[in-house]
Amino acid sequence: MKIPFSYIFRNLWTRKLTTLLTAGGMALVVFVFAAVLMLDAGLKRTLVSTGSLDNAILLRQSSQTEIQSSVYRDQASLLETMREVAHGNDGTPLVSKETLVLTQIPKRGSDKPQNIVVRGLPALGIQLRPQVHIVDGRWFRTGTSEIVVGRSIADGFEGVGIGERLRFAAREWTVVGTFDGGKSGFDSEIWGDVEQMMQAFRRTAYSSVIVRLRDRQALGALEGDVNADQRLILDVKREPEFYAEQSKTLSTFISILGLTLSIIFSIGAMIGAMITMYAAVANRTTEIGTLRALGFRRSSILSAFLLESVLLAIVGGIAGLTLASFLQAFTITTMNWQSFSQLAFGFDLTARIVTVTLVFSIVMGLVGGFLPSVRAARLEIVDSLRAA
Amino acid sequence: MYYLKLIFKNIFRHRLRSILTIVGLVVAILAFGLLQTVVNAWYAGADMASANRLVTRNATSLVFSLPAYYRERIKAIDGVTAVAISNWFGGVYKDQTFKNFFATFAVDHDVFFDLYPEFRVKPDELLAFKKDQRGCMVGRLIADQHGFKVGDVIPLTSPIYGGGTWELTVRGIYEPKDETTVTRQLYFHWDYMNEQMKKRFPKRAESAGVFIVQIADGSRAAEISQAIDREFRNSLAETLTETEKAFSLGFVAQTEAIVTAVKIVSFVVIVIIFAVVANTMAMTARERLAEYATLKALGFPPIFVAMLIFGESVLISALGGALGILLTFPVAAGFKLAMGTMFPVFYVTGQTVAMQVAASVAVGVLAGILPSIRAANVRIVDGLRYAG
Repeated sequence: MKIPFSYIFRNLWTRKLTTLLTAGGMALVVFVFAAVLMLDAGLKRTLVSTGSLDNAILLRQSSQTEIQSSVYRDQASLLETMREVAHGNDGTPLVSKETLVLTQIPKRGSDKPQNIVVRGLPALGIQLRPQVHIVDGRWFRTGTSEIVVGRSIADGFEGVGIGERLRFAAREWTVVGTFDGGKSGFDSEIWGDVEQMMQAFRRTAYSSVIVRLRDRQALGALEGDVNADQRLILDVKREPEFYAEQSKTLSTFISILGLTLSIIFSIGAMIGAMITMYAAVANRTTEIGTLRALGFRRSSILSAFLLESVLLAIVGGIAGLTLASFLQAFTITTMNWQSFSQLAFGFDLTARIVTVTLVFSIVMGLVGGFLPSVRAARLEIVDSLRAA
Repeated sequence: MYYLKLIFKNIFRHRLRSILTIVGLVVAILAFGLLQTVVNAWYAGADMASANRLVTRNATSLVFSLPAYYRERIKAIDGVTAVAISNWFGGVYKDQTFKNFFATFAVDHDVFFDLYPEFRVKPDELLAFKKDQRGCMVGRLIADQHGFKVGDVIPLTSPIYGGGTWELTVRGIYEPKDETTVTRQLYFHWDYMNEQMKKRFPKRAESAGVFIVQIADGSRAAEISQAIDREFRNSLAETLTETEKAFSLGFVAQTEAIVTAVKIVSFVVIVIIFAVVANTMAMTARERLAEYATLKALGFPPIFVAMLIFGESVLISALGGALGILLTFPVAAGFKLAMGTMFPVFYVTGQTVAMQVAASVAVGVLAGILPSIRAANVRIVDGLRYAG
């Protein structure tokens, strides 16, 4: 015979303060746990959406980031003639020769300058990234000192409004537009004309070359051709793969730190649940005896108390998740160690995270409630009726 | 005195509950202390900075170098006593994991160690290092981590400078002056690197990452910084000079979001444990209402009853807090070992201990307020009737 659910629920309801405090503690743990998972998911989505499966990126051999790489002009021109490269309607090869430099701009509300990526690219480069579009103002004109800024830069940094002028590389650059990178890493970049950037930064080589592949399977063939040509000492990578590598360090750091914290915190929360449930058992000794005398089995008592603890944990879990879901409105900007520049990314609440978090809170409830429930189930009828 | 005894007896009436609460407190105070130590570790480089050292770098961004001949011009500026080039080599030992990471710099071998008196070097080792162009000096931390001894050859690859494998011979191991000194760096001859560059990539030779500038009088730092920057204004590579501390803090500022998150989380753990302790005290007070009524009926004033429960709350927190603080030291030492070279400086500061004490007292006081008010205000008739 099972103990009615309403009995379990009412037990929690009568001791409101205790229930609130225990569930509150659990909610905070769940909040931290979910926040970390969301942050990691947000970071991964940002970097994955930065690349396209149709594009390949070429860097100088063994350089891990675009900043470290240099591709000479003659190398870049050779790439345009490769047979794996797709061509546009007018027959031009879809190859974007780009240069990447870092400059420093103060974050809004602080005077501390942060490293920002400035990307010089040809008009074709914009075409190769269909997820990017202008939201305010217009694109820069080729051959001018005009720049456009990504959305995270426009929101988070000083002096980058349309019409404002930025000074770097001994030149004044006019901001003419803001673009939306579709929540990709491009949101944290400043874009301008590649030849202007090369002149201003006195560079003779590009940083990277992006090519649109004839078809997705052509990557292997391109790699083979590049390796075969002695003039091209370049590494070929598919874009999403390249961007995933870029975030590896940061992503590992966030998950290790977050999981360590969640484990330590959950110990605290489980102790809280244990205390509450032990008290519940102690307070209700007579009640348990009565239930047993009425014919409820030990297993029913055990499951009733376990369920009470799990219910408590679920209340905490849902409260924590609700709190965490508000985080989606925030964006975090921090330095990506690998690219040495600022990257903005948000908290991403996915279905998987909701499931994992709820399972996590249920486990906390089960572990915290197990020992007290066993004690309740073990009580002898006679002793417990006499207890009062 | 008997008052304290009564509180003590009360604590151990519910032995299991009190022990669980104390364990929870220990975990929380320990976690708080560790997180604060992590935050401090983040500022390690800045703590080590000397007021007598300035850092001159390219004004556009750190990724751009400066011409090496600037060294002589900086040296000529009034107040400057010594100048050393330091290039971030980005050497990779074995693979790119946190475990195998250490910083590698190419420096002016003849003056560098004079500029850093906090690195304790043996005179004969220093001499051997100066004589061997392919020699290097490694810090105590990496020497212990990888078992490097004098005479060992360390193979490094560099994604920045390329050129295959660079083999450097350990000529000496420098020791830290005190626990704030970071010894996670390898230093080798800038001259050696420069010669290799001349052979392979002549365009990239004769370049300096930063100049470490020693000044005689720390109070003239601002004035000398300006003098250096004025010297190179409107040149091809404008400079930015700041104190070593400001330079290091600039790095910290880049990852400020992470530091802030860790700080917030360290306070969340205190809130969680507050919920647990408050819950324990609320339950304890509720169970003893009949007792409190009896005490009052015997003529004890409400304040006596209130202090009884309040004292219990503070004492439990003090016990848990003290244990937590004591455990912080061995756990921090173990954590440092486990993390390898990720946090080169990791020790518990006096300030952290003070914050731990404050946190446990605050938890005890806050958790005791509501239950003690309730105990003080209980009406004798209601209390005696209360079944618990």
